[in-house]
This record gives sequence, structure tokens and C-alpha cells, in this order.
Amino acid sequence: MTTAAETLARPARVGLASRAWRFVARHSLTVYALLAVAYLMLPIAIVILFSFNHPTGRFNYVWHKFTFDNWIHWNSVLGIQSALEKSLEIALLATFVATALGTLIALAIVRHRFVGRGATNVVVFLPMSTPEIVMGSSLLALFLNDQNTIQLGFWTIFIAHVMFIISFVVVTVKARLIGFDRHLEEAAMDLGANEWTTFQKVTLPLLAPAIIAAALLGFALSIDDFVITYLNAGPVQTFPIFVWGVARVAVPPQVNVVASAIFLVAIGLGLANVVWQYRAAKSTRGGT
Amino acid sequence: MGSFLHRHRGLTPYLLLAPGMLWLAIFFLVPMVFLGYQSLQSGLFPHFQFTWEFSNFSSALSGYHTQLVRSFVYAGIATLACLVLAYPLAYWIAFRAGPWRNLFLLFIVAPFFVTYLVRTLAWLNILADQGPVVRVLRDVHVLGPDGRLLATTFAVVAGITYNFFPFMALPLYVSLEQIDPRLLEASKDLYASSTQSFLRVTVPLSMPGIVAGTLLTFIPAAGDFINAALLGTPNQAMIGNVIQAKFLESLDYPTAASLSFILMGTIMVMLLIYAWIVGSEKLTG
Repeated sequence: MTTAAETLARPARVGLASRAWRFVARHSLTVYALLAVAYLMLPIAIVILFSFNHPTGRFNYVWHKFTFDNWIHWNSVLGIQSALEKSLEIALLATFVATALGTLIALAIVRHRFVGRGATNVVVFLPMSTPEIVMGSSLLALFLNDQNTIQLGFWTIFIAHVMFIISFVVVTVKARLIGFDRHLEEAAMDLGANEWTTFQKVTLPLLAPAIIAAALLGFALSIDDFVITYLNAGPVQTFPIFVWGVARVAVPPQVNVVASAIFLVAIGLGLANVVWQYRAAKSTRGGT
Repeated sequence: MGSFLHRHRGLTPYLLLAPGMLWLAIFFLVPMVFLGYQSLQSGLFPHFQFTWEFSNFSSALSGYHTQLVRSFVYAGIATLACLVLAYPLAYWIAFRAGPWRNLFLLFIVAPFFVTYLVRTLAWLNILADQGPVVRVLRDVHVLGPDGRLLATTFAVVAGITYNFFPFMALPLYVSLEQIDPRLLEASKDLYASSTQSFLRVTVPLSMPGIVAGTLLTFIPAAGDFINAALLGTPNQAMIGNVIQAKFLESLDYPTAASLSFILMGTIMVMLLIYAWIVGSEKLTG
């Protein structure tokens, strides 16, 4: 009896010890993950918190008093509203153009075998592996070379943004195209649809999530870009350039308000996407 | 249109490529040529002349090698810090987060949604002399009574680490997530300890993520000038600060252009060496 009990108990005790060890190991990693996320969130929390600060002097570094004033009078700082509007205009326009051009490139690379495909891949990859300061200064060198016809400003920023967004669009859409079920298109053709109808009614709707994701990424990149924009902006002020200007003097809390608002909109879209994916995963699991 | 494409099927890819590739050619490749052209000019603003002035490169190097070396050192430390900090997090999300995966991925990219300059300025609040971090460090005598964090090398490197962290964490996550858990089980069945199976299975299989992450972090970090400008002093100036100031403040285009070329050339050489090391390691391993 006792020997039987011992033989039964021993592996159980070992199991318990190793389970305890695994519990600690697993949870120390979890604790680390939570700390790491806290580290990532800390500056964001500070930005949002200080958007509600009523600073004593010109500097918004030390917490003084809670107020909604900065949010209500967010555009009371000279230039901030027009800078934000410029950023939004450029981001919308550049994202639209870059998404269209990038999607076409992705279609060509994934769907076709052609001479120069390798070179195309390299050219698409290059802007992503070049420091922004180099891209920005080389574009400036191009624009400066012909100062009579080219005025630095809205359109030079637009050109620059389309240029650096395209590659990210190509990569995003390409990833989706590679896993694309071509039988669906063949089925449409078998049912008598021509190439254009098939593209419109089958290919495009199936690609839509990737195209939307690429556009959101492009928009985020555009609205946030400082280095390339600053070099090629001339007199035009986008929101990041505005921040750079005031950072040398004193940053008004309204800058935190605008940054917080951009963040909250973006994170709202992100959360909606997470919930949507979660539901989609759940419904497919439920369906099978 | 459909029948035209049908007759010339070979043309389709080029028609799809043309607009986007033309854009990249005109506004990415051609400007590089102009940058090279400008780097070989001489004279003073606004009267520059193309004179094959190769001495621009040597004088730029002798004048600013400190900032150049500093950029690569800072970028290297920050990249290493990102790797060490991001790996356990990416590992946890890939293997342990379960249904929370997407939420935590959103946490990783969240800093991107706050304007780069503003999130860097937030570190001014955190590291400020009157702030809680400095106060605690002074109390425990890590810092002297007048010790500061702002305007130090630490602040600049920490800023770079924070700002490029997602570029490291995301590729790491992607490569870890693709690891087949059965391989880890197999290593356990073959009596590998947790450490052994981590070092001999998980890490080698996540190499693509480590390579992609270090490149995506190191390259923009080496060209960065915002962290040095906002969190440092001229003693922490990086090569990006010099290029930016030469282009926009002192209007010394030839020097700025040659510094840009030197930066890009050095990165290219490092890329090749890195590819060679990683490749050879894979061959031997």
C-alpha cells in the first residue's frame, strides 16, 4: 500500500514543483509584459494628462491644475488650426494617391511574371531602408536645382509623402494578395464575367481590408512625418512643423490637445478593428 | 480596353507598374543623383558650381566624424536595448497572450499614433529636473544632488529606444508567432530543458524577426535628429542634426549633401557586412 502510495505521490510532487516553477516563470513573463506595455503607454498618458493642465508659467512641464480650457479653446494658439488643417489635407490627398499607385504595383508583382520584377522589388524596398534625412535632403536637392519653376510648399510635401507611403502600401497589399484564393476569380470568369467585372466585383472587395489597412497606415505615416516634410516644406507649416517651432520656445498645452485628439481617433479605429477581427474569428470558429 | 489587354497580355504588368514606379523613379532615384551632383559642387550660397569637388567628402568627414561615429554608437546601443526589451514582450504576446493578442499588438503600435515630436516632448516631462524620476534617483544616490537626466546621452539614447521600439517588437512578434508549437514540444520530448529549447529552437527560428527588427530600428535611428535636438545638447548632436542645420540654417548645401551620402554609404556597407555575418552564421548553424 505504502509503496504504491509513494509511487503515486512522487510524480505528483515532482509535477507540483515543476508546475509551481512554471507558474512563477509564466507569471514573471506576464508581469514583464505588463511593465513593458506600461513603459510604452507612459508618455502617451503624460501627453493626454498634460492636455488638461493649467500651467503656471509658459512651460507645460509641471502639473499645476486640472482644466478643460485647453480642449475648449484648442485653436486659440496662433497657427495651430491652420497647421492641423494642412496636415490633414496633405495626409488625405497623399494617402489616396499612394494607396492607388501602391496597390497597382502590388498587383503587378504578385500576379505577373515579367522582366524587371526583381529590380521592381528592390526599388520598392529601398525607400523603407533609407534614413529619412537622406530621402528628405535628396528631394530637396532636386527641388533646389530648379528654383524658378518649383516652389517649396504644399505640393512638394505632397510629392514627398506619396513617395515614402507607396512602399508601405505595396508591402501591406502584397501580403494579402499572396494568400488570395484565385479560384474565386476563376469562378467569376466561368460564370461569364469579363476581366474588368471580375476585378470590380470579386478582386477589389476581397482586397478591401488590406487596402483599407494600407491607407490607414499611410495616413498615420503622413500626418506624423516631420523630417522629410520639414526639409521640403518651404514656408508651409504642418502640425509636426508647428510643434518643432514652438518646442524651441514653449509648448502650449493645446499641442497636447491636438496630439491627444489624433491619438484617440486612431486608437478608436484600431480598437474597432481588434473587436471586428475578434468577432470574425469567433463567428468562423462558431460556423465550423 | 479588355480586348486590348487580351491581345497584349505581356503589357499588363508594366501598365500596372508604370504610375507608381515612375513616381518612385522621379522622386526617389533621380533625387539621389541630384544629391550626388550637389555634393560635388563648390562655392557659397546661392552661387554653387559643379566642380567635381571631391574634397567636400574629406572635409565633411574630418569636420564631422565625431557626430557620424556618435550616430552609429547611439543607434547601436538603442537597437540592442530595443532587442532586449522587446523580445520577452513579443514572446509573451506570441505564446501566452491568448485572446489578448490583438489588444497587446495595438498597445505596441499605439506610440505611433501620437505625433513623433509630441511623444518625444513627453519625455521632457518625465525626465524633467523637478520630475519624479530624477527626484527618486537623487534620493537613492544614483544621481548626485545636482544630477540630471535631461540634456544627457542617456536621455537621447532612451528617447531613440522608446521611439523605435515598435519597429523591433512587431517583426519579432511576427517571426515568433509563426513558430510551430509542435517543434517546441518535440524538443521537450527529446529531453531539452526550457533554456535549451529556447536557445536552440525558439531563438534560431525567430532569426528573421531579429534581423528585420534590428535593421528597421538601426537605420532610422542612425539618421534621427529629433531626440538629440529635443532631449540632448550640442554635445549629443548626431549626423542628422548636422545635415539638417547645413541644409536649412547655414545653407551649405554641398557639405550637407556629402554628409547625406556618407551616412547612406556607411549604412549600406554595414548592411552588407551584417548580411554576410547573418548569412554565414546560418550556414554554420
